[in-house]
Amino acid sequence: MTVASDRGCLPDPDRPMPASVATTAVAGRPPLVEVIGLTKLYPGVAAIDHVDFDLKPGEVHVLFGENGAGKSTLISILAGANVPTAGRVLVDGEAVHFRSVRDARARGISAVFQEFSLVPTLSVAQNIFLGDEITVGPFLDKARMLRAAEALLAELEFAIPAAAPVSALSRAEQQMVEIAKAFRGRLSVLILDEPTASLSDRETERLFATILNLKARGIGIIYISHRIHEFDRIADRITVLRDGKLCATVAGRGTSEARLVELMTGRSIAEIYPSIAEKPEAAILDVEGLVAAGVDGVSLTVRPGQVLGCAGLVGSGKSRLWRAILGLHAKSAGRVVFKGRDITRAPTRTVIAAGLFYLPPDRKAEGLQLSAPAASNLVAGPIGSDELYGRFGLLSRSRARARVATIATEVGLDQDHLGRITSQLSGGNQQKLLFGKGFGRAFDLYVLDEPTVGVDMGTRAALYQLVKRLTESGKAVVIISSDLPEVMNLSHRLLVFSRGRIAAELTGADIEEANILGHFFAGGQASA
Amino acid sequence: MSSAAPARVDTAIRAAGFVKSAFVRVGVLPFFLVAALLVFSLNSGQFLTIQNIVNVARQSVYLILVSVGQMVVLITGGFDLSVGTAIALTSVVSAMVMVSLDRSLGDHTWLVIALGCAVGLAAAIAIGAVNGFGVAFFGVSPFIMTLGVQSVGVGISLFLTGGVPVSGLPTAFADFAGFGRIAGVPVPVLIAILCGIVMWLFMSRTRLGNYLYAVGGNVKAAQLSGIDTARTLIVAYVVCSLLASITGLLLTARVESGEANLGGSTALESIAACVIGGVSLRGGIGRVENVVLGAFFIVLVQNGMNLLQVGSYVQMVLLGLLLISAVIADQFRYRLLLGQR
Repeated sequence: MTVASDRGCLPDPDRPMPASVATTAVAGRPPLVEVIGLTKLYPGVAAIDHVDFDLKPGEVHVLFGENGAGKSTLISILAGANVPTAGRVLVDGEAVHFRSVRDARARGISAVFQEFSLVPTLSVAQNIFLGDEITVGPFLDKARMLRAAEALLAELEFAIPAAAPVSALSRAEQQMVEIAKAFRGRLSVLILDEPTASLSDRETERLFATILNLKARGIGIIYISHRIHEFDRIADRITVLRDGKLCATVAGRGTSEARLVELMTGRSIAEIYPSIAEKPEAAILDVEGLVAAGVDGVSLTVRPGQVLGCAGLVGSGKSRLWRAILGLHAKSAGRVVFKGRDITRAPTRTVIAAGLFYLPPDRKAEGLQLSAPAASNLVAGPIGSDELYGRFGLLSRSRARARVATIATEVGLDQDHLGRITSQLSGGNQQKLLFGKGFGRAFDLYVLDEPTVGVDMGTRAALYQLVKRLTESGKAVVIISSDLPEVMNLSHRLLVFSRGRIAAELTGADIEEANILGHFFAGGQASA
Repeated sequence: MSSAAPARVDTAIRAAGFVKSAFVRVGVLPFFLVAALLVFSLNSGQFLTIQNIVNVARQSVYLILVSVGQMVVLITGGFDLSVGTAIALTSVVSAMVMVSLDRSLGDHTWLVIALGCAVGLAAAIAIGAVNGFGVAFFGVSPFIMTLGVQSVGVGISLFLTGGVPVSGLPTAFADFAGFGRIAGVPVPVLIAILCGIVMWLFMSRTRLGNYLYAVGGNVKAAQLSGIDTARTLIVAYVVCSLLASITGLLLTARVESGEANLGGSTALESIAACVIGGVSLRGGIGRVENVVLGAFFIVLVQNGMNLLQVGSYVQMVLLGLLLISAVIADQFRYRLLLGQR
């Protein structure tokens, strides 16, 4: 079951390394962290099940797997935020039992999670020393903390002003502050949880430079990411988890993308993306010269029976455009005509009532009532609800139940889940529920913003089938996505956004990775 | 012995699991209710008599009405500190209208009463509308908005009356809405039952009720579902004031005068009743029937303390502590609710 490979365990002999690293990464030294038979049980489910894992000094060890595969549980145990049910954790060959994040810190293990633990109103220096302030008697020694922070940032080669408030920094810079915070004490293991998820390409380059720098100091890095193309650049070894079990540990370089996806999902890429028949009809939505904050003069048309993809970096305007059309952002110029009706100035509820379904990118913040039963999400909202209300405007429970059951069947949601509190459903089921809000009602245009964010491959494949069904039944579908394979494989027509404009419109064979990436930076200087 | 012990542990674990799931489902109320019944019935022979329980039911009408209104606002994720003001203003305005109309339209007593009530209700609707407007359109926090309105309303009530009770109401008003009975049931109780049924239907079976839960559960999601969130918020505050206003009318009939100092402690008591009745302070969760029980519970505790001759100052202390412990329990419950998998 375990395909262990020793090749990645040692530093690459072809790469020049400082002398100090060569001594720390001697093969005979015990791993920085070793995990043996680690198991964490939750009622009814094993989040991780007898997982073995180890990290050597100066190594980048990638954890790869679908959501729910157990990566987060594993790192939360290593970071002291979670206690294992069974199994052992060894640090420098010595068994440890972390009770808190502080315990883990004391042993040199620090994690940078996706949600940062920074106070935006405080300065960089204050954040770095938060909870561990330098004092003179009862008073804070601000000057010394500032100097110490500057020295630390300089040592890490981060060009960040220590006196600046964190709120003034970019996301990549905030991440660097977060990493610098980990260096406040002794650091030997750094855990990075999807560090590039919200970084631009340039910011990602800076992060990689930092990682190489840390590697050279003999620090071990556990790196969680879904971005396979990053692995060739930085990974020494990759451990793949599936359903809480260790699937394989393979070499960081030379393992093909297809092989990794296969290991992660247990299925091939062709099984994930369906082929969708295209039957374009007359335009249902016309946008002319739309200008709004972050959108700089966009014109487009959407046709029923066709999938229109929108690709681009974060901040390229691909999502803002649609939110402006929905009336969530003010438009300063342009015209939007939907089904022959001018909706340029219409409020959100009117746009939605006219037949536009919008699937928001953040299901927790904008999509679902988390504390309500799942079924409540499917009957909330005025669209198509007339038939649910009978005499005296009272809700017919039987009709509501029937509607909810129909929708659940359509989106492939287990009927048993409908009565449960929404927050207790898995991410995949929550996303199906979110899709369900658009089913069984009179919508003509489906705008899906990051439709598969944070869901596993199985759910993805199911959601893509829904996209196929919608399109082939003559609905207009727009997919906005940062997941390039997703928009590439599903779109009949692909718009590439850059700096608030459409940089290219691609169809057919032109929808191809290098071609798309080339347009990502259009309108400005090319990427570094 | 060796086989009995694990069985006993197993039973204990299952019982603990049941208690936990009951707590997550209905909140802290059943636990409080059992504790109160035990304490008071063991210490007072009068407590568990039918007469006393009927008495509690009659006294709790006022708090029940206000609490159900408060619940509507809490479900949208806000709260209303101005319910006391709605009561006072209703009392003062309706009494003044009745007294002045009584002189010119003395022959049409019921018309006078109806007009007085209508103007009192209108005053309360205005209060609710102002609250709702501030919260929905200007994004003022419900705390500040309703606190400000509370001060404004009390000021107006005192200004109108000069601090003196408005007396000389038509006696028919007090005879009917204060002390009257229909088929042996006190009129205030009947009105409370009617309001309770209407509110239960409103919250669980109508479109607007559904929207109130949606807005409180996730305002962004509600907006993206095509719900007019601003209008929904205004409705919540108006409904809340309206129920407080009905309470104000019933209290006015009971004390037979218009008084600016009615409803002083209602804001606190109604929020306590809601929280004890399982309404989440974060919005989106709450049921009419549980809030009715919550309000009943508070009056029951007050009644029990009176029977045990606990002084009114000490009662205030205990009520405050009860509210805080209910909020802590709510906090805990919410964590269980969202964290449980």
